[in-house]
Amino acid sequence: MASVALSEAEKVYIMHGVQEDLRVDGRGCEDYRCVEVETDVVSNTSGSARVKLGHTDILVGVKAEMGTPKLEKPNEGYLEFFVDCSANATPDFEGRGGDDLGTEIANTLYRIFSNKSSVDLKTLCISPREHCWVLYVDVLLLECDGNLFDAISIAVKAALFNTRIPRVRVLEDEEGSKDIELSDDPYDCIRLSVENVPCIVTLCKIGYRHVVDATLQEEACSLASLLVSVTSKGAVTCLRKVGKGSLDPESIFEMMETSKRVGKVLHASLQNILHKEESLGPKRQKVGFLG
Amino acid sequence: MAGLELLSDQGYRVDGRRAGELRKIQARMGVFAQADGSAYIEQGNTKALAVVYGPHEIRGSRARALPDRALVNCQYSSATFSTGERKRRPHGDRKSCEMGLQLRQTFEAAILTQLHPRSQIDIYVQVLQADGGTYAACVNAATLAVLDAGIPMRDFVCACSAGFVDGTALADLSHVEEAAGGPQLALALLPASGQIALLEMDARLHEDHLERVLEAAAQAARDVHTLLDLVVRQHVREASILLGD
Repeated sequence: MASVALSEAEKVYIMHGVQEDLRVDGRGCEDYRCVEVETDVVSNTSGSARVKLGHTDILVGVKAEMGTPKLEKPNEGYLEFFVDCSANATPDFEGRGGDDLGTEIANTLYRIFSNKSSVDLKTLCISPREHCWVLYVDVLLLECDGNLFDAISIAVKAALFNTRIPRVRVLEDEEGSKDIELSDDPYDCIRLSVENVPCIVTLCKIGYRHVVDATLQEEACSLASLLVSVTSKGAVTCLRKVGKGSLDPESIFEMMETSKRVGKVLHASLQNILHKEESLGPKRQKVGFLG
Repeated sequence: MAGLELLSDQGYRVDGRRAGELRKIQARMGVFAQADGSAYIEQGNTKALAVVYGPHEIRGSRARALPDRALVNCQYSSATFSTGERKRRPHGDRKSCEMGLQLRQTFEAAILTQLHPRSQIDIYVQVLQADGGTYAACVNAATLAVLDAGIPMRDFVCACSAGFVDGTALADLSHVEEAAGGPQLALALLPASGQIALLEMDARLHEDHLERVLEAAAQAARDVHTLLDLVVRQHVREASILLGD
């Protein structure tokens, strides 16, 4: 992970501030930084989203391609995740330097989406055992300022909301050979329901309290963090402890309660923004990186 | 290519441009706050980001340090969703390595490396959307990023691609025109002196036509220079307003 060198005095300063519920930039322990979300940024994808959480910048592109369903799930399509930690974020990610972090994040995403209720994979099936849609979700990490998992999960949810998969029909001949026909109207497409897609809330333990949305400096002070994947209804689907320190069981329960609270608010505002953006329609002015 | 007319009888190309016309260019400097210098450029549908770190101490083995000048290190990476067909590896494949070397050669000619001996300058270019002219977009974005980082350069480096169809030289090729298989020329120019930093040509072209294609590419690069100059001045103006000058 991109790291920052902090002196002991700075660490003590941050810890004392967190004890009093006042962080370095003035936020409370449960406040997020300003989040900017924009969808449909890259045009030759089926769906894309860009999320800027403070100085953390993530770009997600979703490409839908046709493939064969997996043997154990013949009636469903599937999602494939790939995370690229670009050298833009830090020179340490040049060449193969970013591969470790990328694999870790991709594995976390796989684990979250392996839950049956997250995305309805049956809508991705074209004809059982033969054809299905495979969604390749590619995450590009452009700038890193702490709290990567949260930003990536928000971006993935926004990109899946924006994904438009062309509608196809399977035509069967008299001889039994199947042909796949694409609909004539380019705007005729199926959308995925992202109601139950969870978002990750990362809680970092600093001193005796825990903070939401830690910056790079705060992550350097914390010994252990808890990744909690929360749905919009407040259900916890996945839990993982990261970091080299240890957590005691009581603080884990406290952190889980905090994450449920924070997660519900996060989902509500994300849904709000996505629907507002959608309602502006095709006349929306796309800003992307130029704004 | 059968069925696709790259240049119509009235002189219009597939996307409606004239032979020597560039695509719409929009650029912005200072996109990322954490890097020393960064820039973003859109040339038509091709979008590229460039980030510069440096000059800083040599990373890795000290033996690579050059006693009289700085080491320029470039990496070219294109996102997996940038092309029509999904790419499996963003960087590390042969084409990306070759592009990285070409960018390095281009910028070693332009950056005043003698001013920073024993140090390293990293230029990382990321292509977000590829619609032809990726090398040119990368060079233009990297020029702006190097300027944003405050690293002294001999001159702007402006690049453009050019092709040849039906006796006419086309400037700034899009993906459709590149895929048609005609001759393609990539040119990186230092506009003030007219010196060429990099020249590369694929496919067969009669030498009688070479001068025309070269001139078309050079003129297009000079046009790009005019636009990039405006972008830099606008950026400096905004920065000085914020400082209250």
